[in-house]
Amino acid sequence: MPETAAAHAHHFDDLEQQHQASWLGMWVFLASEIMFFGGMFLGYTIYRTAYPQAFADASNHLDVWLGTVNTAVLICSSFTMALAVRAAQLGRPKPAILFLLLTIVLGAVFLAIKFTEYYAKFIEHLVPGGAFVYDDALAAAAEIFFSFYFAMTGMHALHMLIGVGLLATLIVKTARGRFSADYYTPVELIGLYWHFVDIVWIFLFPLLYLMGRHFG
Amino acid sequence: MNSRHIVSVGLYTAIFGALVLLTLATAGVAFVDLGGELNSIVALTIAVVKALLVILFFMHVRYSSRLTWVFAGAGFFWLLILLVLTMADPLSRDWLEAVIQ
Repeated sequence: MPETAAAHAHHFDDLEQQHQASWLGMWVFLASEIMFFGGMFLGYTIYRTAYPQAFADASNHLDVWLGTVNTAVLICSSFTMALAVRAAQLGRPKPAILFLLLTIVLGAVFLAIKFTEYYAKFIEHLVPGGAFVYDDALAAAAEIFFSFYFAMTGMHALHMLIGVGLLATLIVKTARGRFSADYYTPVELIGLYWHFVDIVWIFLFPLLYLMGRHFG
Repeated sequence: MNSRHIVSVGLYTAIFGALVLLTLATAGVAFVDLGGELNSIVALTIAVVKALLVILFFMHVRYSSRLTWVFAGAGFFWLLILLVLTMADPLSRDWLEAVIQ
């Protein structure tokens, strides 16, 4: 494992080539993530087409205010992540650690808000299953909406949790002086991952929270 | 090469500002009645613009090799195939019914 600035693995010509390989490998992984989330987005689209009225009605049970705040929080975290990568590129460990910490804090704020939203849904009996209560003729299809809501935001939240763990390892490694202006590949690749998770939310927010407000 | 390009703090801040404004815009416009269908189109268009800003600038794709463009593009192109070809079925079922009757 090449942990120092100058070293590269023997099957690469130089650091630049090694970096290119890691970078493209990360993009292949992100493409597989697109496939993973894509299946859920497709399922959502099919059922929304089948039950447009119920999906709009159920969507209005979500808190747009909290959803908007959380979108802003995630965008802030992407901004601090971008600045952390920039600090790493310039070989400045102190601002890199600061921005990585800020990113973790913002990620935690997002998850905390998400938790309070989930909690409210449990109180309101909007969690699919035996305790689901929806006094409307649309109940069955509304339950499908909430299944998608919990599956999609749940998988997104799991990705956030993993991201927070990865960011913590970056802070430790940065503090130990593992990175320099010549070698900062892990910071950059985990940055890509974090931004990708942000993009997933950028689509979840309008699809789940907003598109029921006005239904034609 | 891709990662060797260092983006200025000013540009990052501008992108960040644009993303926040677009978020407020999409939340605000959701409460304006554009007739439902147009509401969805506006919301998704804003989401695509936001995603592109993140991909091009925060993820450095704008400054990356052509090969990166191919890799990133392939992922999203695959998603397009998945959504368009699959939805072609449920969205066109009524057409056939109309023909039969």
